[in-house]
Amino acid sequence: MTRDEIKTKVLEILCEIAPETDPQTIKPEVNFRDQIDLDSMDYLNFVIALDERFHADIPEQDYTKFVSLNACVDELERLLPPERTEKHSFFIHSKVKQ
Amino acid sequence: MTAGKLLGWLKKPGDKVRRGDVIAEVDTDKGVIEVEVFQDGIIESLLVKEDEKLPVGTVLAIIKDAEPTEPEALAEVSPAVTFPITNEGRMRLHASPVARKLAEQLGIDLKNVKGTGPKGRIQREDVENAAKSPTILQIEMDEGRTATEEPERHARMRQAIASAMARSKREIPHYYLGTTIDVTRALEWLAAENTRRPVKDRILYSVLLLKAVALALRDTPELNATWENNKLNLIGTINIGTAISLRRCGLIAPALKETDKQNLDSLMKNLRDLVQRARTGELRSSELSDSTITVTNIGEQGAETVYGVIYPPQVALVGFGRVYEGVSVLDGRIKACRLINATLAADHRASDGHRGSLFLSAVDRLLQEPERL
Repeated sequence: MTRDEIKTKVLEILCEIAPETDPQTIKPEVNFRDQIDLDSMDYLNFVIALDERFHADIPEQDYTKFVSLNACVDELERLLPPERTEKHSFFIHSKVKQ
Repeated sequence: MTAGKLLGWLKKPGDKVRRGDVIAEVDTDKGVIEVEVFQDGIIESLLVKEDEKLPVGTVLAIIKDAEPTEPEALAEVSPAVTFPITNEGRMRLHASPVARKLAEQLGIDLKNVKGTGPKGRIQREDVENAAKSPTILQIEMDEGRTATEEPERHARMRQAIASAMARSKREIPHYYLGTTIDVTRALEWLAAENTRRPVKDRILYSVLLLKAVALALRDTPELNATWENNKLNLIGTINIGTAISLRRCGLIAPALKETDKQNLDSLMKNLRDLVQRARTGELRSSELSDSTITVTNIGEQGAETVYGVIYPPQVALVGFGRVYEGVSVLDGRIKACRLINATLAADHRASDGHRGSLFLSAVDRLLQEPERL
């Protein structure tokens, strides 16, 4: 998965959790919580979604490594083997193609 | 809330209903709420039609039973609670009963169906068309559909909050108590516990706070009560209303039922479910009316201390600020620790400061033994 693909997926997750989010306005280097109204439940749901869609096991003590878009992409790129395919994305894509 | 509008019936005359069944959907200034029945029986007749305006207290249906016939009225919900207005929730719920049933049969999520009825309401044909469409699983939101209604809905929600809060400050003689609680041990225990758990099963520290409050209330029942008709009414069950921010659209405080009897896993599961449904407009009327006390947790990014305004007719509100780093002195030694400020806003007609203090001390004590929560 490329950096751009990771970034797109992360933004997709954010927009699902906080539907008022405009992905175009997210500043990649700024902490999510400084630009989106996320509470602790939202943040947990965000980490759960990362875990599900990227198969990235994220320990609680590492949550701070996922606080901004750039930080997320860096960390996920490090965690993901290059050949890993994201299941959910593939599922939706295949349905749309029918 | 003074009135609502019937959006649709989910049951028809002759249908058997059980306590807790949802029989109708009503659009109110707090959003769309589901009306439950509070007794088992058979629907004898439906007394109002779809789209009819309903003042609170309107008899909606007659339910017959072995018992004498009793009318089912549109329940008044706590005036302090409001209802979410996220596009997602409105879209999902703004559907005819027939469309909902069909969607359920076909396994279609109404969030992904575009409504073509009045005000974007989802009709049967919309579900049928969606079933044929290969793009049904695409995740997308139709932002324009409800945009024109949104400011009006937001304004009505603010009015509902304003009405409840003004009544509270006008009628309730609040007193306030605050204490600082060392939560270092609770947070360390929780971190160790979460390390052993997959991410889906992890527990938020706010769940520890809710459970500690619920257990402490057992010894101070006058805080788990209402003040109505100039007297205190103790409530046997402890249903903590959990303040949930709806981001830009106000807040809502649905009930976590029998909070004191649930273990932490169950509480976490139910809290997640409640937050999700609050934000997508799927709360049930009883969840909006059954709270016996409110807890507000200002969150990790918020202020250190919150001084709450009680939701009438409740008589107490417990507030928690964000966790912050500080020092505590124990046996003459200073140690770094993590602290949280707990406050109690209580109705002085119902309780006094001494009892309130005992309550906060109990919350503190309970949080020092998180493994027993």
